[in-house]
Amino acid sequence: MNGANGRYLEFADGRLPLGMVVSGSLSEGVKVRLDDGVSIEDIKVGTFTSIQGQRNRFLGVLTEIELESTDDGITSAPPDMSNPLVAQVMSGTVAYNTITVEPMLIIGADTMNNAQPAKTIPPHFSRVSLASEEDIQTVFGSEDAGHFYIGNPMDMEVRLCLDIDELVKRSNGVFGKSGTGKTFLTRLLLIGILQRGTASNLIFDMHSEYGWRGSSEHTNEVKGLKQLFSSQVAVFTLDPESARRRGISTDYEVSIGYDDVEPEDVEILRDTWALSEIAADTAYSLQRKLGKGWLRQFMEYTGGDEFSELAREMNVPHSTLSALRNRLNRLGRFGFITEGKGSNSVNEILNYLQRGMHVVLEFGRYGNNIDAYLLIANLLTRRIHERYVRMSEQASGDSTQEPRPLVITIEEAHKFLSPAIAKNTIFGNIAREMRKYNVTLLVVDQRPSGIDDEVMSQLGTKIVCLLDNERDTDAVLSGVSGSRKLRTVLARLESNRQALVFGHALPMPVVIQTREYGSPQSYRELGFVEAAELKAQVERDVDVLFGPSAC
Amino acid sequence: MSLNEEQGRDRCRIGEVIEASASEFTAQCYRLYDAPAIGSLVLCGEQAPTYGIVCEATTQSIDPGRAAIPRGMNASTEAEVLSSNPQIERLLHTKFRAIVVGYKDEGGIKRYPPLNAPRMYSFVRECDAAELAEFSSSHEFLATLLNAPMSGQDHVVASFLRHAGAAHADGHEYLVSAGKSLAGALSGQLPRLNGILRSLE
Repeated sequence: MNGANGRYLEFADGRLPLGMVVSGSLSEGVKVRLDDGVSIEDIKVGTFTSIQGQRNRFLGVLTEIELESTDDGITSAPPDMSNPLVAQVMSGTVAYNTITVEPMLIIGADTMNNAQPAKTIPPHFSRVSLASEEDIQTVFGSEDAGHFYIGNPMDMEVRLCLDIDELVKRSNGVFGKSGTGKTFLTRLLLIGILQRGTASNLIFDMHSEYGWRGSSEHTNEVKGLKQLFSSQVAVFTLDPESARRRGISTDYEVSIGYDDVEPEDVEILRDTWALSEIAADTAYSLQRKLGKGWLRQFMEYTGGDEFSELAREMNVPHSTLSALRNRLNRLGRFGFITEGKGSNSVNEILNYLQRGMHVVLEFGRYGNNIDAYLLIANLLTRRIHERYVRMSEQASGDSTQEPRPLVITIEEAHKFLSPAIAKNTIFGNIAREMRKYNVTLLVVDQRPSGIDDEVMSQLGTKIVCLLDNERDTDAVLSGVSGSRKLRTVLARLESNRQALVFGHALPMPVVIQTREYGSPQSYRELGFVEAAELKAQVERDVDVLFGPSAC
Repeated sequence: MSLNEEQGRDRCRIGEVIEASASEFTAQCYRLYDAPAIGSLVLCGEQAPTYGIVCEATTQSIDPGRAAIPRGMNASTEAEVLSSNPQIERLLHTKFRAIVVGYKDEGGIKRYPPLNAPRMYSFVRECDAAELAEFSSSHEFLATLLNAPMSGQDHVVASFLRHAGAAHADGHEYLVSAGKSLAGALSGQLPRLNGILRSLE
């Protein structure tokens, strides 16, 4: 950053100065008068700043930028700015600029590595500067096995890292309107979890973007997890034909039997099927009445008197039962639904997960069918969760016996977690119970306002790309301290590759420029080795081990 | 300071203090019409050199009871008036008033008024460009100048800054910096500030 007149000097400690604290409060943030040489056009909301108090250093986020003047007359009779002397004198004196900084963390002089939430503010005239690389590393940690490089703070080169162990302790959310880079961020988070190696991922890959190649708006194709970490990732598919067409190999074909479908699955489809509450509840009654194969048996009712009799027995209107049946008929259109029991998908998935692998379930052509997505994600998650509950209870406190932590990634999360159904569905339970049974969610969504408030409040870390709907912004920021200020930051995010990250895995909110993903260099940095390079490496290793003659 | 410089400055003496207080002094010039321009920086006194900024200059009769009267009704030129009334120069004198804005002691230049008034009959001389540049390099004295009782205050301030600007190597840069100090001192008086700044260049 350069000052307008080139008088922009560094502090002795290398930080770039911005100005000094002139007023403020803990609730509203501190107001900082910008130094004369600092151009307001170089200042961006969301920038990470450092304030040197008398005994402590404060780290905060820039939340507001204002034009101010010492004289009210400047608005009614502006000075003659065509006169260069008048213009230069007025700027920075009569007309000056301020920024508001929300102090977030306090670092004591003697506890450099122990940042605490700021419970006080710096005194008048404290010097304010841009945060340095050292500040970022003190607060967010350096890149290591437990800290994954996710991006750079705005306008800074330093790598900002997420504490992956903290991240997977709770359910998390990635939000942003379409085209803002949610998928890229999610892919990076999944890689971070994969590389840390303490938890497994199960990804319900609606649009087939995570397993194999995905697409980007700039480069047409980017590598998926399977391509980068083939030995650690298994790709399951619901649509083997689509996989064949795309020329990719899959590890398992998932099919679901009619007997596998339960009333809870009907419940989650209530909204998309436009079913009444009574009709959805009727599914439970049917299961009670008909037993395990309730769905198959119910579908065998041909109509007429038999059907009317059933309705009367169950004490529901004929039309309700008929509506339920019509909707359930739609299941028959899915190629992955089979008579009787389906493939042993749950066991297969669990086997992979417990071996420390990561499972991506591709939906193929069913990706555009929200019914299929809701059904499968709900059905599989419910069963996997049941098994996790059982395994956790069997372990009964013995941490060595506990199941490997699992992070389930779902897209279009508001369909699973809407206020109407979140209390009854497995996803609502998982989000609320935190990591009690070692299962957490990574929800990816573009309409966070559609997600139940209670679930939103339970999300540990939120990564929010640009949102332009006020209700969505309110939803992601509800219950967050300083949310009014963060709103300004959020509204000014660039439409791509920028995100506001806050919550449990980070000591303070920060705006990041997402790490690059898609270039050969970016793959190398993630530990991916091209086949040719790998071969050369093996040959070199053989030479080292056995001498050149061995080849 | 070298002997030559001292002698040179001594030759620039223009008058002596004839009325003094801690905040201002009046000096009478040795020669008629020899008062420094408004806004000039002058220095008086040898023991405790005191800086003043000229805010007013007058030429009038020596005898307050005998005011000057017109003498050239029948003369064709002004020079003719003077040649036909050679006594005039002896009967008139030129005085100037300066606001005390600083002084010099062992610690260097102070840009605020001293505790004592300049002594009577102290010699007064106009500061040269180097002295003006040195004194004006900091702007604490502006507050004193802006609060002094005088007429045409803004004109005096602007004149001083023009002189000072000319004495500095980068005049424009100097005026910007002085203008910013002025803006602080004239906070809430935008039209006044605007007026001074516009008369600087």
